This record gives sequence, structure tokens and C-alpha cells, in this order.
Amino acid sequence: MTAASTTVPLLEARALSFHRQDEPVFAPLDFRLLAGELALVEGDNGSGKTTLLRMLAGLLHRGAGELLWRGEALQRDQCAGEILFLGHQLGLKADLSPRENLRIAVGLHGAREGLSVASVLADIGLRGYEDEPVRRLSAGQKKRAALARLVLLPARLWLLDEPYANLDRAGIALVNALIERHTDAGGAAMVTSHGTVSFHGGEPRRIRMHG
Amino acid sequence: MAASRDGSACMDKHPPGLAAACAAMLRRDLTLAWRRRGDIAMPVLYALIVTMLFPFALGPEDTLLQRIAGGVVLVTVLLAMLLALDAMFSSDIEDGSLEQLVLAPQPLALMLGMKILAHWITTALPLIVIAPLMAAMLHLPGAVIPVLLLALLLATPLLSLLGAVLVALTAGTRRSGMLLALMLLPLCVPAVIFAAGAVAAAQQGLPWLAPIAWLAAALVLAVVLAPLACAAALRIALDA
Amino acid sequence: MANWIPLWLHKLGSPPTFYRFAGTLQPWATTLALLLGAIALYGGLVLAPADYQQGDAYRIIFIHVPSAWMSMFIYAVMGVAAFIALVWRIKLAEVVAMESAPIGAAFTFITLVTGSLWGKPMWGTWWTWDARLTSELVLLFLYLGVIGLYHAFEDRRQGARAAAFLAIIGIINVPIVHFSVNWWNTLHQGSTVNVFGQSKISGAMLWPLLTMTLATKFYYIASLFRRARTDLLALESGKDWVRRIAEDEAGR
Repeated sequence: MTAASTTVPLLEARALSFHRQDEPVFAPLDFRLLAGELALVEGDNGSGKTTLLRMLAGLLHRGAGELLWRGEALQRDQCAGEILFLGHQLGLKADLSPRENLRIAVGLHGAREGLSVASVLADIGLRGYEDEPVRRLSAGQKKRAALARLVLLPARLWLLDEPYANLDRAGIALVNALIERHTDAGGAAMVTSHGTVSFHGGEPRRIRMHG
Repeated sequence: MAASRDGSACMDKHPPGLAAACAAMLRRDLTLAWRRRGDIAMPVLYALIVTMLFPFALGPEDTLLQRIAGGVVLVTVLLAMLLALDAMFSSDIEDGSLEQLVLAPQPLALMLGMKILAHWITTALPLIVIAPLMAAMLHLPGAVIPVLLLALLLATPLLSLLGAVLVALTAGTRRSGMLLALMLLPLCVPAVIFAAGAVAAAQQGLPWLAPIAWLAAALVLAVVLAPLACAAALRIALDA
Repeated sequence: MANWIPLWLHKLGSPPTFYRFAGTLQPWATTLALLLGAIALYGGLVLAPADYQQGDAYRIIFIHVPSAWMSMFIYAVMGVAAFIALVWRIKLAEVVAMESAPIGAAFTFITLVTGSLWGKPMWGTWWTWDARLTSELVLLFLYLGVIGLYHAFEDRRQGARAAAFLAIIGIINVPIVHFSVNWWNTLHQGSTVNVFGQSKISGAMLWPLLTMTLATKFYYIASLFRRARTDLLALESGKDWVRRIAEDEAGR
């Protein structure tokens, strides 16, 4: 999935680093991510993959180095709503149903053109469980409910931290299908994972983290 | 879906307007509180029980109870709200929805303002509803009760707003409720003074509008500033 | 970095530079504090005449008043350092703010205790709810809140930022508390007692008071520098300059 060399990268990092208690969490990073691309963040445990993703999402303060969004210095208020983050915590209210959770998300973010809460929940494999409180769903079903957010909400960049956790083979295939659909439509995604990831669309860009 | 390289097919709509987002936020928190509506009763029961302790501690003499009634109701409501304040952000922090709120394309201060409003509706409003009962238990003259309710109506949102900033500051720490009390109660002294002062003035037949006006002015200031401070405090607590 | 901060101040913000600077000044500050303190105490307890109204009991003001001034001065310093720490994330500002809090709390506590001791012979009571003393009590709680919040965080720098935010909120509130307690006192007639019985103070009493004020300022500087240097060593423990100091110490 290569783009023309004149395309401005969606996300670009130059000598990006992060310090905690004055200790660097990862070695300075340089990478570029173009629209339509998938990047795989690889590294051992503790190499700072989660920290990197959280920093890119805006949940951690910017460390040292430069971060560019579409060629200009990243301003949080300008790219709010264009970046979606899915981490270890799913961001779902346990007392509400998937339908209610999604409705709230749509209320804050808006929905992608042509999609509705009901259609997305059916697509994602939660047919029949749309109105069950999330706390009564299985771990795999909870993950699917969280993934439904990604499909429904409009966003250019997906930052996914260990998206395959708690999923069976069908679930893993679903995540891969969603990512491919997203990149085919011009979106971009950064994924961290322990396991091997394979995509139909060819080799993803690889970002190697060193703790 | 069109396979355009710049991804314009993904982003066709602007995020919802402020009014719609505020409504969504408010509906969310009120629905969540209603799902656990048993918890709404806790501060109310606590306040009633504490009020009941005072006659046992001080004797049932009417004139004495009457003199302390306004102040006791006020302080009891304050302490009951303090107990419930901690829960304002705790569930959202645990399941990660607070992080998602920070990332949403809506002004964080406004969204937090809606959370605080929902929290006040579900915590303070029930207390204000039973306040006349608490006042009657302590023999507060009936004519003073409307002033007490007005004072509570102004002082409790002030407490919610100020408390929210401090709870946001301690978000995610291994905090104890005692630390929150230590931080919050000294800052509540002016609100307590003016609210109780209004009730005491009304009880003595003196004009009580001045302290009420001060409370109202403070509330207006807090409504504007506290959500912004709360958003800043949250970002500090999340290390954002 | 903002351009208006003088270059010297900028250099001072670097931990090793501050460590050396504070290390040189600290013994001087300690000496001056002790010297001036001794002179002030001699002037106040021995030389100054007895008050015509309060007799010898008034002499506690030579400790009470400078302590009160210091409790507020330190809070102001803490507030400024807190503001700098929040806006510019300068480590030294965080250290100054957090290490000032215990010193300020101590002075506030001394103010309250000496005020109480003074109150007994003066008004016949250990405590009175006038605006000044009540605000001082609230100030003590604010200090304790800042200290408590700072220690509630695992990451010290994050804790310092949170506590700095609390300090700034508190700074806005102290005058509000003072004002509201004043109003409350007018409502409840009978507790209108003036802490200072006299508006004019004689020269013989004034110079020990001012000398003691100066002494407390030097004490604050000495104590702050000592604490800040220790804190900096702990915060920067992995860095080269700290390692060099440790090696020097071990070599000696």
C-alpha cells in the first residue's frame, strides 16, 4: 500500500520521545504514516508501545521531539474527532447496553455517513445482544461492542492497543477485516500486538520500539 | 465506499453541535444514576440519621434545637454531599470512558459541566427535598424553611462545582476520602458562613437578602470557572 | 522559554547550578537567621519596655507576628512557584513550591499556638473566632492539603503539578475566607476583639519585631535551600552531576 511520494503524511514523528521520572520510556522515534496505510508497532514488553499510542492520542502530554499532523505541528483541538483510541480499557459503561453506549458516542462524535447504530451492531456480530447491559456480555462480546465504536464514529486515524486481546479466531479475523476496510477507504491505523498479524493488503509498515 | 487516498470519504459530517452533545452527556449520566437508583438513597439516609443524632447528643429542648437547626441541616447536607462526591469520576476512570471523553471533539469543560450538573441533580436535589423534614426534626420555625431551601439551592451547586475540581485533581491516585475532605472543607467555609448566615438572619427577623446575593454571585462565578478548572485538573491528573 | 526571564534566572533553573548556588548561600543564611534571631529576642524580651496595658504578656508578639507574616509570605512564594511550575513545567519551581509547604505549615502552626497562648491572658480564652485567626486556621488546612495531595501521587512530578494547582486554588480562597469571616463576625456581635490592641507601636518594640521578621526570612531561605537541595538529589538521582557528587563524597 504505497502512496505517491508527493502525498503529505497523515501523521509524522521526528525524534519523538517520552520521559517518565526523567527516564526515557522509549528511544527517539521517527516514522511517517500516510492515509490508507497500516502501521504495526512492535517491541518487547515494557518497550513503551502503549505509552506511544497514548501520547499520539493525546492522553499523555507530548514528550520531546516533533509530531506533525498533515504536515503541520499537531494541535489537539484541530484534530480532535479525527483520531480514535482503543486501549486496554474499553471505554464502555457496564450498566448500559451496547446500543446505549453507541448512542452516547454518536451524540458526542457524530456518525459516519450511511451508518446507524443498529446496522453497525448487527454487522459486528452482536445481533440479539444490542440491549443487554455490557456487564453481562462475554469478554469477546465486550470487545466487539468497543470495536463497533470504531466502525460507527467518523475518524481518520485509529490507534489500537492490543486489539486482538480476548478474541477468538473469528474475532481476530473481524478486527483485520475492519482495519482493511478502514484503510481501503483512506483511513490509517496504528496497531500494537504481541502476536503475528497478517493482512491481505500486503506488508504493513513496521515501527520497532526500543525500551 | 470510495477509495480516495486522502480519506475524505470517512469524514463527511462535522461533530454534533454543543447543545446536542450536552444533552447526550446529561442523558448519559442521569441514565447511569437511574440504573443504580438505590445509591441515590444513601446520602439521604445518612443525612437523616446524622440529624437524628443531634437531639440525642444535645437534649430535646426546643429552644436549643431551634437555634442550631439551620446550621446543623447545612453542615449535614455538606457532609452527605462530600461522601457522594468521590463517585463523580471513579466509575468513568475505571472503565476508561473518562479518557474517551477527553478525546471527544467537544469542549471538555462543557462536558464536565454537564457531569457536574447530573451529579448535583442526583445527589443534592434529593437532599434539598428532605431538608424540610430534617429542619422540622430540629424544630426550625416553618417561616424560615423557604430561606433554608433557597440557601441550599445556591450553596449545594457551589459545593458540587468546587468539589468536582478537587475530585478531578485526585483522579487516579490511591486517595482516601479523608484527603478530599481535608482539601474541600476549608474552601467551603465561605459558603457555609453565608448560607447559615442567611438562615440565622431570617430566624431573627432580620434582612437575609445580602448573604443570599453573595452566594448567588459566587455561584455564577463558579459556574463559569469551575468546569474550566475541572478540565485543567483532570488533564493534570491524567498526565496529559 | 520566555525571553523576558533574565539569563541568570534561566541558568539558576538548572538543577546542578541551583545546587551549587544554594549550597554556598545556605550557611550564610543560617548564620544570619540565628544571629538576627538572637538579637531580636534579646531586644524584645529584655530591652523593650513592658506594655502599659498588657504588661509583659505582649512579648509573644515578637514570635507571633513574624510567624504570621511568614505564613502568608511563604504561601505567596509557593503560589508563584506553583504558577511557574504549572505553566512552564520547570522542575526547580516544582521543588521550591513543594518544599516550601511544610515550612509554611510550621510557621502557620506557630502562629496559631502563639496566638492562642497570647489569647489566654488577653481575652481570657484560648481561642477566638476572629477573621485573622480563622483565616490562619484555614491556611493551615490548605498547607496540609497541598502536602497531602503531593504525597498521594506515585509520580512525584505529577504530584507536584496537582498540588501546585491546589495551592493556586487556595490562594484565591484565602482572601475570600477572610472576607466572609469578617462579615460573619459583624453578624454575631460579641466576638469583635482586635488582635492588636494598639494601633501605634513604640520604636523600642518595633525594631525587635522587624529584626525578627528578617531573621525568619533568612531561616526560610536556609531551610528551603537545604530541603530543595536534598529533593533535587533525589529527583535527579540518575543523572551525571549527582553521581559525581556521590563519588566526591565517597572519595572523601
